[in-house]
Amino acid sequence: MHVTLFVWRQAGPDASGAMQRYETDDVSPDMSFLEMLDVVNETLVGKGEQPIAFDHDCREGICGSCGMMINGVAHGPMKGTATCQLHMRSFADGATIHVEPWRSRAFPVIKDLVVNRAAFDRIIAAGGFVTAPTGAAQDANNILVPKHEADAAMDAAACIGCGACVAACPNGSASLFTAAKISHLGLLPQGQPERRRRALRMVAQMDEEGFGHCTFYGECQEACPKEISIDTIARMNRDYMIATMSHRDERVLGGTG
Amino acid sequence: MAELNAKVPPGPLERKWERHRAEMKLVNPANKRKHTVIVVGSGLAGASAAASLSELGYNVRCFCFQDSPRRAHSIAAQGGINAAKNYQNDGDSVFRLFYDTIKGGDFRSREANVYRLAEVSVNIIDQCVAQGVPFAREYGGLLANRSFGGAQVSRTFYARGQTGQQLLLGAYQALEKEIAKGGVTMFPRTEMLDLVVVNGRARGIVTRDMVSGAIETHLADDVILGTGGYGNVYFLSTNAKGSNVTAIWRAYKRGAAFANPCYTQIHPTCIPVSGEHQSKLTLMSESLRNDGRVWVPKRQEDCAKPPNQIPESDRDYYLERKYPAFGNLSPRDIASRAAKEVCDEGRGVGPGGRGVYLDFADAITRLGRKTIGERYGNLFEMYQRITDENPYEVPMRIYPAVHYTMGGLWVDYNLMSNVPGLHVIGEANFSDHGANRLGASALMQGLADGYFIVPLTIGDYLGSTKLERVAEDHPDVRATEEAVRERTARLLAINGSRTVMSIHRELGKLMWEYCGMSRDKAGLAKALVEIPRLREEFWHDVRVPGTGAELNQSLEYAGRVADFLELAELMCLDALDREESCGAHFRVEHQTADGEALRNDDEFAYVASWDYAGAGKPPVLRKEPLVFENVHLSQRSYK
Repeated sequence: MHVTLFVWRQAGPDASGAMQRYETDDVSPDMSFLEMLDVVNETLVGKGEQPIAFDHDCREGICGSCGMMINGVAHGPMKGTATCQLHMRSFADGATIHVEPWRSRAFPVIKDLVVNRAAFDRIIAAGGFVTAPTGAAQDANNILVPKHEADAAMDAAACIGCGACVAACPNGSASLFTAAKISHLGLLPQGQPERRRRALRMVAQMDEEGFGHCTFYGECQEACPKEISIDTIARMNRDYMIATMSHRDERVLGGTG
Repeated sequence: MAELNAKVPPGPLERKWERHRAEMKLVNPANKRKHTVIVVGSGLAGASAAASLSELGYNVRCFCFQDSPRRAHSIAAQGGINAAKNYQNDGDSVFRLFYDTIKGGDFRSREANVYRLAEVSVNIIDQCVAQGVPFAREYGGLLANRSFGGAQVSRTFYARGQTGQQLLLGAYQALEKEIAKGGVTMFPRTEMLDLVVVNGRARGIVTRDMVSGAIETHLADDVILGTGGYGNVYFLSTNAKGSNVTAIWRAYKRGAAFANPCYTQIHPTCIPVSGEHQSKLTLMSESLRNDGRVWVPKRQEDCAKPPNQIPESDRDYYLERKYPAFGNLSPRDIASRAAKEVCDEGRGVGPGGRGVYLDFADAITRLGRKTIGERYGNLFEMYQRITDENPYEVPMRIYPAVHYTMGGLWVDYNLMSNVPGLHVIGEANFSDHGANRLGASALMQGLADGYFIVPLTIGDYLGSTKLERVAEDHPDVRATEEAVRERTARLLAINGSRTVMSIHRELGKLMWEYCGMSRDKAGLAKALVEIPRLREEFWHDVRVPGTGAELNQSLEYAGRVADFLELAELMCLDALDREESCGAHFRVEHQTADGEALRNDDEFAYVASWDYAGAGKPPVLRKEPLVFENVHLSQRSYK
């Protein structure tokens, strides 16, 4: 296949970037999108040019490292698919493809297609856990979890933290990411004691990081490679609303959502 | 050279860990915060260790090369985690899990370590459930189990096909909780490039900030390596692209012994290679073998036919035929070799004839498409995306691929290497799996080491050792940092004509051909000529563009491939030296009349542990004899 690429090249966080055009003939429909970029990079290095920097690791759609805007769509045209699992057979021979980094003020570009997503870690650190120190946990079967609740928790827990939801959102909101974690833990008995505090603190952190607000465009759900539902955002909002009433003192510390 | 002392506690097997815990030295809680511990790696082993040590009160510095600790490669493990809970009342017990693991590893692991692993497995499930890991449940709310390759009991706990992800997120969340509290300082996008050894003890690491390029030294009272395996030496493997040997290889060159480097597990259920462009291989979960039946056509001439046109009578369900007791669930090395055999006979299917069918037609008829979808839906989707074939309609095609390395740095019962103050956990150490790893056992080992073992044994080390103060300007510290700067500068200065990837690919082909699923003397000898040649070529003709003072993925990659080029030689030496077949190490010269692995317990029941002897000198072999007091060494049979 022949492909014309326009790729965002940016030497560093403070450098200005530009789209750069690359023509390549060595594309097989069996290649993944990242393997296609590998081939382009091999050629660039051969010519003494800098290869395109992009984050990737497992290439199995689970680590959440990869991700780029492909023709303006987070992770490209295949629904429920991370960039590493997108194959070139999804494009026509002779296609022109535009490749850009995630777009979000809270995800500054480090180089080319690589962005800094550390804000997600800080949102988790704000409360996205069950405080269960190591050792002396009770027997696992003493905590009963009805199957449908375990399944719903797992649906939300499937989030890979790639950032597509943020990149796809016209507001640059991190609500789907945050809500997925709040829902996962909030649906389980183990997550109950910290449920409201968790919602309060994670939402406050999300705001502090400079993510936008959710106005239910639903673009996040469309872009999510794990097809996490915006129902989780409804859950987050409910938990947050209740928490603002029941945890007034912490609200002062935490912010306003 | 001194003998390797495994420091296995005395007393009966089932009392060793309990007794050892009672006898280990403790560090006063008020003193713990005065100790700094470095953890390199943030996968199941690293993240669980870092979080647990911080909970105990130690000052922890945790490093990972990914942009977030949540992305460590443990996240990709799909199938499940074993634990001897006996929730299914099918006769499981700590002893049975211990026995299965020892036998599965072909009697090449240390009894005491494996028993402790089985013992602790029970606590791991409790811990993870307490953290909110959403394991699969029955309608009554109890935990669900399934069986996994190599086991005849249902002891595997799972979270859909994403068990590794959920366990890692549990550990990552615990880690973030400690980061927020200030007990752990996290260094993402930071790569360890050397180990600082002062007066014979590990006292820190030298790192490169992968964004700014800054080379920095971090000093500590103890260094823990949980940096995973080195399967990427084969180029094509199921490992994440970033997985590498660098941290443990640098430690090896600073004096840590490297044990059983040649033990590599080949996983039987991967998606076959489709072409030269391929950058990695994708694993299909072992759990698929619970319901999928493996077959190839009986006749070569049928191989090109669509599978639905091959009648039942013309199919060879070779695993069920050869290993009736275990059938499609036979252990990974057995299933892998059996697949290679039928393909070598010319009965393989798909492009290049390197594939066998994994067929769900019977299971779909028996259980319905909906149930199969519930069990394996995400795996089926993944398969379809990669191959463009629908496994609900046509059988999957699978082939073995490099998956897990059982070798690693030698450690004693305390998970400490022979360099005092250097602990090694998870896949990075050699322990527990012997010559073969069973399904659902790596997650178990990573978390056992990180949550329950190393946090205690470190206390014993720090509580019983008087450590002198080491300053940044100590000559050994400076020399180590200088060595890293030099190596980095050297890589950037070569400016040759070959890309790093082309050399890595060539190395991978050599390793797969001569040190892969089966090995022989002539092939290994050939590899031992070819690898040094390729290494020479690398150091004279590789091209690493850019500079060291920026995010430079080519430079990162070049450093890792440079280490793979050295490790590969050690792997071949070890494979050549081990004149027997055991588990995943199959020497064609040593097999039974019907083609099964033939062990030689009289001469090889030992851990082969290699010491670095200096540049250009052959490494020195030390042997740790394996003593079996509780299990009877028997020929492994799955028939």
